[in-house]
Amino acid sequence: MAEVTVRGVSRFYGSHVALQDVSIDFPDGGFYGLLGPSGSGKTTLLRIIAGFDSPDDGSITIGGADVVATPVQDRRIGMVFQNYALFPNMSVADNVAFGLSVRGTPKAEMSQRVSDALDLVQLGGLGGRRPHQLSGGQRQRVALARAIVTRPRVLLLDEPLSALDKALRVGMQVELKRIQREVGITTIFVTHDQEEALTMSDRIGILRDGRLEQEGPPAELYDNPVSEFAATFLGDANIFRGRSANGFLLLEDGTRLRCRSALPATAEGTAACAVRPERISLRPLDAPGASETAGGENRLAARVAKRIFAGNSISYLLDWPGGPLKVFAQNTGSPPIEEGAAVILAWTAESTLPLG
Amino acid sequence: MTLTRILHGLGRAYVGLVLAFLYLPILIMAVMSFNASPFYQLPIDWSTDWFSALAGNRSLISAAWNSLYIAAITTAIATTLGTAAALALHRYQFRGKKLLQALLFPPIAIPWLITGTAMLIFFFAVGIGRGLHAILLGHVALALPYVIVVVSARLRTFAPELEEAALSLGASQWQATRRVPLPWIAPGVIAGALFAFAVSFDQFVVSYFLSAPGQTTLPVQIYAAIRKGFTPEINAVSTIIIVLSMTLMLLTARFFRFGGEK
Repeated sequence: MAEVTVRGVSRFYGSHVALQDVSIDFPDGGFYGLLGPSGSGKTTLLRIIAGFDSPDDGSITIGGADVVATPVQDRRIGMVFQNYALFPNMSVADNVAFGLSVRGTPKAEMSQRVSDALDLVQLGGLGGRRPHQLSGGQRQRVALARAIVTRPRVLLLDEPLSALDKALRVGMQVELKRIQREVGITTIFVTHDQEEALTMSDRIGILRDGRLEQEGPPAELYDNPVSEFAATFLGDANIFRGRSANGFLLLEDGTRLRCRSALPATAEGTAACAVRPERISLRPLDAPGASETAGGENRLAARVAKRIFAGNSISYLLDWPGGPLKVFAQNTGSPPIEEGAAVILAWTAESTLPLG
Repeated sequence: MTLTRILHGLGRAYVGLVLAFLYLPILIMAVMSFNASPFYQLPIDWSTDWFSALAGNRSLISAAWNSLYIAAITTAIATTLGTAAALALHRYQFRGKKLLQALLFPPIAIPWLITGTAMLIFFFAVGIGRGLHAILLGHVALALPYVIVVVSARLRTFAPELEEAALSLGASQWQATRRVPLPWIAPGVIAGALFAFAVSFDQFVVSYFLSAPGQTTLPVQIYAAIRKGFTPEINAVSTIIIVLSMTLMLLTARFFRFGGEK
């Protein structure tokens, strides 16, 4: 096991900037999610750590030693590819044994370790099958067993769950996490799925256009986004734009919003805040005592444009003069608000997150 | 109902006619090679005289050995060069790659008569002249595009991340190539080799242009023998060639299906 550090890494393809001055510490034994839209550089970074690509600038260390000049096969990594990349001409057991056999592991030890690895991913007994005889979820497990059987220092996962259907994916998320904990291996996980990143990672790095936008533990990122991009890419957010006035956010229509902390001053005086849709409470305007109802320091009047029932929750899309807004309400059993109804939105200053 | 049955019947009859048209002449020739009568008299008087006579025909036998010899060397050279070329075309990007790939196809499409004439003129101009060496050169040139096309087609189904996976598991570049892409393209290489052999062994036109007296291949020798006067020895040698060629083609068909499963 080993920690991985990336320092000032840049990678250019001609005039295209794939990565620009990215620095991240991947803690020993941690599960780190690299999150970003396609083209954000997350896969490039993973391939650079693996050794399939080399940085134009910066350094990569694994277990404290610089590995930029080390070829892939000597980095002692395990990698799971997006489409699993199982060897089609070999059985499941031979696939898993490959990394041991190229290292000249003795036969007896090899078969023991292969069967242990297959047991770990709950595929004991399927060693004789060919990859094409397996389901997507089983191939995924074989790829994982093959990657960890050599006891690599780092496990690299390139969108390993994206080819699975939703139900299987959720199951594999839990499974992957269990195996990672059991083995205790430093894991770096590339995904464009924010939910996957949130539920699986100990830490998340959000990449955007080749730069590291923000990084930290999932809850910290969710509750303290540094930018509109970070707020909207990881979770949903209502963005309010206006001017900074005595620490308040002054919206165009004259509404003043209290924020959790002082708004950062900008040269133009413009500022923005994000509010998570589940932090806003919604009351019909004509409900008795609606205008006095507590719920937070910040209030707005809007109209329900659309109501989307999702079982455990209800999403309201609202028309507001400053733009569309979104509110998620728990399905608590109280009658839902009709479409077209005028409503009052209320939320706390604590939930109003200033953006940089 | 009756209409579909009639159509089905017609379809069967059509297939039967096609097969008869293709194989009946060959079958008759093969049967006649076992007929003692040189004038194809019926009923057949079974004998293997013509095969014995063939064994004594020095020029046909030596031409047959020439053919096998040239086909074997052509196969070895064309398969090695062709596979290497296909791997290079698959792996590397370079200027003019598209053009180079496009240039592989015309030699397959250009009539052999023209290729043969062109080779004859060229070989004379540069001093290579005629003879077995010229035939060998010509055959390698003819067979090479077939090997490249067949191996390339197979390589196109190879996922490059498989090689990356092998490297990530600690394999050296040579281990990775030997254990992952090579087994995958092996059926293509074998099929390419069979194509190369067939192109050379069945070659008449180009061989005819490039043969020198006494230095010729079996198809050319058969043609020469027929011009002098037909003997059922030709039936016998043709039967042997047909059995050989068909075995080869059936093998090709089999290897093409090899590893077809993903």
